[in-house]
Amino acid sequence: MLNANELIADAKAPVAAPTEGPFVHPDILAEDPVLEIDRFDFWYGEKQALFDVSLNVPRGKVSALIGPSGCGKSTLLRSVNRINDLIDGIRIGGAMRLNGDSIYGKHVDVIELRKRMGMVFQKPNPFPMSIYENVIYSLRIDGESRRGVLDEVVERSLRSAALWDEVKERLDASALELSGGQQQRLCIARAIAADPEVLLMDEPCSALDPIATAKIEELIFSLRGEYTVLIVTHNMQQAARVSDYTAFMYLGNLIEVSPTNVMFLKPARRQSEEYVTGRFG
Amino acid sequence: MTTDALREPDTPVTSGTALPETAGKPARARRKRPLSLAGRGEPYVWGTGAGLAIGVLMIVGLLALVLYNGFLTFWPKRVVKITTTDGKSILGEVTRDETFRVTPEMLEPLSDEVKASIRRSHGFAHRRLIKQGNYDLYGDDFVWVADYAVATEEYPRDAWTLERREWGAAFGSPSKLIVGEGRTVEGAREIAREFPALHGAAIARYDEIRDLEKSEIGDVNYRTEEARLEIRRVALRAGEGSAAHRAAIETFEAREGELRAEYDAVQRKIDEIRVTDETVRFEIRDVNGTLIPQKPSDPDTPMALSHVVRAFPANEIGFGERLRIYLSRWLEFMIDEPREANTEGGVFPAIFGTFMMTVLMSLAVAPFGVIAALYLREYARQGPLVSAVRVAVNNLAGVPSIVFGVFGLGFFCYVVGARIDELFYAERLPSPTFGTGGILWASLTLALLTVPVVIVSTEEALSAVPRSMREGSYACGASRWQTIWRIVLPKATPGIMTGLILAMARGAGEVAPLMITGVVKLAPELPFDLHAPFFHLNRSFMHLGFHIYDVGFQSRNSEAGKPMVFTTTLLLIGLIALLNLAAIHLRNTLRKRYKGSEV
Repeated sequence: MLNANELIADAKAPVAAPTEGPFVHPDILAEDPVLEIDRFDFWYGEKQALFDVSLNVPRGKVSALIGPSGCGKSTLLRSVNRINDLIDGIRIGGAMRLNGDSIYGKHVDVIELRKRMGMVFQKPNPFPMSIYENVIYSLRIDGESRRGVLDEVVERSLRSAALWDEVKERLDASALELSGGQQQRLCIARAIAADPEVLLMDEPCSALDPIATAKIEELIFSLRGEYTVLIVTHNMQQAARVSDYTAFMYLGNLIEVSPTNVMFLKPARRQSEEYVTGRFG
Repeated sequence: MTTDALREPDTPVTSGTALPETAGKPARARRKRPLSLAGRGEPYVWGTGAGLAIGVLMIVGLLALVLYNGFLTFWPKRVVKITTTDGKSILGEVTRDETFRVTPEMLEPLSDEVKASIRRSHGFAHRRLIKQGNYDLYGDDFVWVADYAVATEEYPRDAWTLERREWGAAFGSPSKLIVGEGRTVEGAREIAREFPALHGAAIARYDEIRDLEKSEIGDVNYRTEEARLEIRRVALRAGEGSAAHRAAIETFEAREGELRAEYDAVQRKIDEIRVTDETVRFEIRDVNGTLIPQKPSDPDTPMALSHVVRAFPANEIGFGERLRIYLSRWLEFMIDEPREANTEGGVFPAIFGTFMMTVLMSLAVAPFGVIAALYLREYARQGPLVSAVRVAVNNLAGVPSIVFGVFGLGFFCYVVGARIDELFYAERLPSPTFGTGGILWASLTLALLTVPVVIVSTEEALSAVPRSMREGSYACGASRWQTIWRIVLPKATPGIMTGLILAMARGAGEVAPLMITGVVKLAPELPFDLHAPFFHLNRSFMHLGFHIYDVGFQSRNSEAGKPMVFTTTLLLIGLIALLNLAAIHLRNTLRKRYKGSEV
């Protein structure tokens, strides 16, 4: 531990980082962004939760948002698909773009926008219906009823979510009969059934036991390349295991965005370093 | 205690700097906590337990009273013959007994011996209420007989209990069965032997006449009325005296002849049966030897056998026969129509009316309440206005039900109903169709009365749907309505059902608002029959709750109606329990479908 700290302390010197504003590693600027967050501010009533956050989420990669409780990482994630709109009295500033299309523009259809993203929540939230119906929920609400199409989507999504072999015999059973880990993988299958441009995950393993967590992490790892994933996590080891890029947030500010190995070995900012080495958090 | 005692008062405290104010003082003695009664909590356990016990006791007591009386009412009792000291004879069933205070006027004519005995029991004596029946002869169904007035008492073998189509029960001894063609059956044993077959045939004849009157004559009358209304309709459309109107009158006249002929044919058939029926008569005399006639105006003609609903030698029959009579009385009660100002016969129209009204009410209140709650909980912006609406809804539940009845009468019957009549039933005016009390208006009034219950419980059920589930749906790109329809409502259904069950229980037991919006003492027709459109929602109907009130408190003789009050109450409680069980079963099925929803 001590050695690593020294190493980091040494590594910090050559990076001529400004003390103000976030540190953005040049590798990220070279990537093709799916989601661009541009100087984003967010208020819950009078309380500002996000300050001037700018972040690019690279295509086909897994990006992790880490930071201590209350740093605004979940707020940021939930702002991407505008789920926060359901809360009364919120206010935003700045902009977000999904593949170049404005998210917070004046004439944006929120429902259309959400159809382009998938989201996985902290607690597994399968709907009170069959496994089959859960997976095709987003197709059903679009009025899709061709059995062939639906069957194909169910199999593809469940296979991608590594759940197919466990449930293929009982697709008509209630989703609520599954175990917690299976339910969360079902929610992932549901999120990827509509082929989302970005997959948002809000601490997807926090309600699961270690074995189920390992399975989900494996699954997230296998989704890279095919899907763009933005994951919020409390667990630094998890971020280290599953992500390509890691963004560190603190008190509503984005502090640093770096490739994951850089973040955990040679963070550019003192606050990031203290957090990843466990000195606070 | 021991450690405190061991510590010296002036022992220096080691961390004196940290606690300067306690330094040098003796260590604080552990405060002894008083063991108060309240502190132990026992009185509260007893208090709450006693509260529950009183509640349970009252409910169980009420149910036991209703069950006991309700189930015993129909048991065929023995018939006692009492001769009083002043030479009067009384024949009848003992209904109940009590101890009473003998008033001075009553005491006056009694013998010294009796006076002494009454004095010994501090001025009280015992008496029995005898149901003597034969209302047409005596003018009173019941008579009190004090024990001291009894000279002899016996259970005569030839005493029969009679239930008649009119004038209530009768007690007497049969003397003759007149079979017709000059043949008669005499002698107690012979009568008892021949009675069942002859009576069965008489009942069959009676039923046939009634069927013909109800279905065929009813049908002809219905068609005649329809044809007559057709003329009115044409007159209203084309104008009085127009060519079309005259043509319609001509068609009607031709048709009326046909219908008249049809009517006469049925009437002839009925008359034929009646002629046979008149020849079979039952001669039965009361305890004084007076003939019990069919009509008081014709005291010398014995009653037709078909006038008798049920008759049996009350002191001769065994347990099996009594059980058969008991069950047949229950069956009659459940499936027949009332007789004798509702104090006898069955309550089928009331059962049917209550059931249909409750179902109609549920059909109206469920969507109405759920939609209102959906708007309040899901769409409306929560604020002072919505809170005010919510308070108003809750207050609505406290408005006296009769006020709802008045509103129902004023709004549904006189405003909505009157408009409907003008628009669709103009040819029937001035006699109202929907412009008066009816089962639809009564159901809607009750729906209004119970809607707060449904709104409150639906709101609760909606707010119990986890936020994560809604967010999950929104995140999939569902609109608000899609989320409500596909996720929130199914999940909230068991809770909504609970509200509906409560509403149903409240609505089915309500009487006051019904009395002015469509319930009647005796409905001529059920709200359902085989003439299109089958369900006649404009018709007035009978209701078990009102039946209880009517029989118990509005009939000529409340003593005669009392047994019916208990049986009807039993039936009403049973019906509500049945409806509730059905709804609870449905709710549990739904709950099972969403079981294990919490991870």
